[in-house]
Amino acid sequence: MAVAKLEQLEQSVASDPSMLTGAYPTEDWMDVPAEFYSGNFAFPAKVNIVEYLDSQKGLHFPNAREWSPEQDDWKLPEDWKDIILNGLKERLDKFRSLKIFMDCCVRCGACADKCHFYLGTGDPKNMPVLRAELLRSVYRNDFTLGGKILGKMAGNREMTIGVLKEWFMYSYQCTECRRCSVFCPYGIDTAEVTIIMRELLHLVGVGINWILEPVSNSNRTGNHMGLQPHTFKDNVEFLTDDIESLTGVKIEPTFNRKGAEILFITPSADVFAEPGLYTAMGYLILFEHLGLDYTWSTYASEGGNFGLFTNNESMKKLNAKMYAEAERLGVRYILGGECGHMWRVLHQYMDTMNGPADFLEVPKSPITGTVFQNCASTKMVHVSEFTADLIRHNKLKLDKSRNDYLTVTYHDSCNTARAMGLMEEPRYILKHVVNNFHEMPENTIREQTFCCGSGTGLNTDEIMELRMRSGLPRANAVKYVEDKHGVNMLSCVCAIDRATLTSLMNYWNPNVGVSGITELVGNAIVLDGETRGELDEGLRTMVF
Amino acid sequence: MKYVYSLGAVIALMLIAWFGSLIPGMQYFFGVAVPYLAIVIFLGGFAWKIWDWAKSPVPFSIQTTCGQAKSLDFIPHNRLEAPNTNTEVIARMALEILTFRSLFRHTKADVYAGPKLTYESAKWLWLFALIFHYSFLVIVIRHLRLFLEPVPAPIVWLDWADSLFEMGLPTLYLTDAGLLIGLLFLFARRLFTRPVRYMSLFNDYFPLFLLLAIGITGVLMRMVFRGGIDIAAIKAMGVGLVTFSPVVSPDISAIFYVHLFLVCALLIYFPFSKLMHLGGVFLSPTRNMRNNTREVRHVNPWNPDIKPHSYAAYEDEFREYMVEAGIPVEKELEPQKEAAEPA
Repeated sequence: MAVAKLEQLEQSVASDPSMLTGAYPTEDWMDVPAEFYSGNFAFPAKVNIVEYLDSQKGLHFPNAREWSPEQDDWKLPEDWKDIILNGLKERLDKFRSLKIFMDCCVRCGACADKCHFYLGTGDPKNMPVLRAELLRSVYRNDFTLGGKILGKMAGNREMTIGVLKEWFMYSYQCTECRRCSVFCPYGIDTAEVTIIMRELLHLVGVGINWILEPVSNSNRTGNHMGLQPHTFKDNVEFLTDDIESLTGVKIEPTFNRKGAEILFITPSADVFAEPGLYTAMGYLILFEHLGLDYTWSTYASEGGNFGLFTNNESMKKLNAKMYAEAERLGVRYILGGECGHMWRVLHQYMDTMNGPADFLEVPKSPITGTVFQNCASTKMVHVSEFTADLIRHNKLKLDKSRNDYLTVTYHDSCNTARAMGLMEEPRYILKHVVNNFHEMPENTIREQTFCCGSGTGLNTDEIMELRMRSGLPRANAVKYVEDKHGVNMLSCVCAIDRATLTSLMNYWNPNVGVSGITELVGNAIVLDGETRGELDEGLRTMVF
Repeated sequence: MKYVYSLGAVIALMLIAWFGSLIPGMQYFFGVAVPYLAIVIFLGGFAWKIWDWAKSPVPFSIQTTCGQAKSLDFIPHNRLEAPNTNTEVIARMALEILTFRSLFRHTKADVYAGPKLTYESAKWLWLFALIFHYSFLVIVIRHLRLFLEPVPAPIVWLDWADSLFEMGLPTLYLTDAGLLIGLLFLFARRLFTRPVRYMSLFNDYFPLFLLLAIGITGVLMRMVFRGGIDIAAIKAMGVGLVTFSPVVSPDISAIFYVHLFLVCALLIYFPFSKLMHLGGVFLSPTRNMRNNTREVRHVNPWNPDIKPHSYAAYEDEFREYMVEAGIPVEKELEPQKEAAEPA
C-alpha cells in the first residue's frame, strides 16, 4: 500500500480535523461504524495457516476460510454471537483483571492522550478508554444488572456484527504497550482488554496473517521466520564469516549441543535481517570474548512469541519449547537475547505456564560468579543483566572510542520497561560502551516510553501509514534529540523495534539508524588476537 | 445531552422525596424504610461485587512496572514503582490509594505544526480529584456524630478542625466547599474537555449530579433553612436507626428528606456502578502484584495442559537437513535402502 508522502502526513497529523487538533465529532461514537478499506487493516490469516494451527493439539482455530474485512459478509459461523458471548463469560470467570477493568473505569480520560495510536490518528476510538468501551458496552449489556434496562444512553449495546468489526479494527490498532496503564488511577491495562478481544475474535475465525503465520512457523520450524534448522545454522555462520572479515577472528558457535552450560535464545529476526544481524554479531563477539560455554538451538530458535498476540494457549505452546529444549540439552540455565514482548512472556508468563523448571539451576555467571537471584525460579537471564554484571566486574575489554562515530539515544521497549522494569541495565551498558549518549525527553522514556507503533504483530507493510502515524510520538522524540544533540543512532533492546524503528526512522528521521545494545557492545569489545582495522561504521562497515 | 437526562433523574429523585415526605405518614417510609433498604443493598451489593471479583483467579502476574526492577545489586531498585515484596506492594498501593500516584503523572499532549508533539504536566485533575475525595471522606466521618451517642472524641476534633478556616455564622465547613468545588471541576471537565465529553455516559454525569445535590442540600440545611432543621430530632432519628429502634419526628422539613433520600439513592446505586472503583482499586492486578515473577513462581489455577510441538516430531521432519548441516540429532538417519535388484 502506498504510504502518504511525508509532507502530506506531517500536515495531516497536525491540522486535519480530529479530536486531537480541536475538532469535535458530530456523531456519538456508537453511531460511527468501522469502515475498512485497503490500507487500514492487516490481511486476514490464510486458510492453510489457520487449518494447520487448528490441527495442533491444545489449539483451537476454527472457521478457516477466505474472507476480507472489506466485504460486508465476514463468513462468520451461524452461532457467532453465542460463541462470542460464551467466550466472554468464560474469560470473565478466568481473569479477575478483565472483571475489574470492565467494572472500575470512571472514564476520567487520563489515558486518552497517552496512546500513540490516538496521537497519530486523532481517532477517538483509539483513546484507550473508548477502545475498552467497545468491549465494556457489550459486557455491561449482557453481564451486569440493569445493563439491558438502561440501554444505549448508559453506554450499553447488543453484540452485533458492527461491534465485532469495531473490535477487529481497534484491537489491531493497539500494540498492547501498556502506556495507558501507567497513567490510569486504577491501573486498567488496555493490553488485557485487547488480548481478550483478540482471543474472542479467533473463536470465530477472525485473525490476521502477519501474526498467525509466525505462530504457525514458530510451532513447526522453531522460529517465526520459518527458518529450517540448516538455514538457521547457515545464517548464524554467515555472520561469523562477516565477523572474521572485520576482526580476523573466526568464531565457531555450536548448535543443539548437549551438555553446554548455557542455552542462548534470541528472536530469530536477529539472524534474519538488518539491523538485527549486527546485534547477533554482537552476541557472537561477546560470547567469544568470554569463552562462554553455550549453544544455540534450532528447535527453540525463537525468543519472540506471537502467541502473546493471539491467545494464551498459543503463547503457552510456543513458549514450552524453551524449557523442553533446555531439559533435552541438559544445560544449566537459559540466557535470553534482546527482545521486548519476548521478555514480557519470559518475565510474567513463562514460569506460570510452563514451569517450574526444576531441572535447571539458578543462573550464575561463569565469568563473575554473580548469582542472578532475580531469576531464581525462571532460570532465564536477560543478556543486558548478564552484560551489565560483566562490565561492573571489569570483565570486558572495551574500546569505547570505536563507537565515537555514533551519537546514541536509547528507546525503552514497552515490555521491558513496563512489564519487567528493565530500565537501567541497558543505560549502564551504554554508559560504558559509547561516549556520546543523550536521553530523549522524560515523558517519552522509561515507564512513559512510546511504542515503536508496530508491536504485537502489526509490523506488516499493508498498514504502513497507520504504523507511521502510531510511531510518530516515538519518532518525534527522536527528532528532538537529533536536532538538539545530533543523535544519529537509536539503540534499543527489542528485535521488533530493530525492524520497525528502522522503517519509522527512514520515514520521519532518515539520518537516524537503529541498533541493538549488544551491537554497540560487540563493536567496542577488543577480541584477543583480532586484526581489526579502522572500521568507520563499526560492525556495519562493508569490508571487501 | 447525556447530562440532561442525568440531571433530570436527580431532580426527579428530589421531587419524589420532597413531595413524598410531605404526605402524612410517609416520613416513616423516607426516614426509616428507605434508609434501611439502602444500607442493606449497599452492604450486600458491595460484598457481592467483591466476592464476584475475588472468585475469578489472577492467572498471570501482570504488574505494570513504573520504575526499575530489583535486579543486580549495583542497579538501584525502585521499590515503590516496581515492588518486589509484600511490604513494597503495600507501600505502592498506599501511595496509589491515598495520594492518587498514577493520576499525579497526568500530562496533556498537544500537537503543533511540524508536526511537533508536546506533553505538559497537568495536575488539575489530580488536585481536584484529591480535594473531592478527601472532602467526601471527612464529610462521611463527620456525619457519624449524628449516629453515635456519645460522639467519639476524634469526630469532635475533626468537626472542629473542619470548621476552623471558614468565616461566617454558622460556619461553612471547609470540606463542604471542597466537595462542591471538586464536583464542579469534575463536571466542568466533562463538559468542556472534548475527549472527556465525547466518552462521558449517563452513568458518568448521574453520580456527579447526585453528589452535587447531596452536597447542596446539606449546605442549605446548615446555612439557609435552619428553621426547619431540628438537629436534635435528626440525631434522634440517626441514633434510632443504628440502634434498631427507629423514630421519626414530624417536625423536620422536607429538605432533610430530600438530602437523606439522595444519600440512599447513592448507596443503592453504588455497588452496581463505576463507583465500585472504591473496591476495585485495591484489587487491580497491575498494581497489587509483586514484580518478582522470575524469582518466585506465580501459579495459574487453570493452567491448561498444552505440550509443545515435540522435538522428536521436529527432528523427524528435518533430520536429513540436520545431519547434512552437521547439527547433532537424537536418531541417526536410517541407512539408505539399496535399490531393489532387478528380478
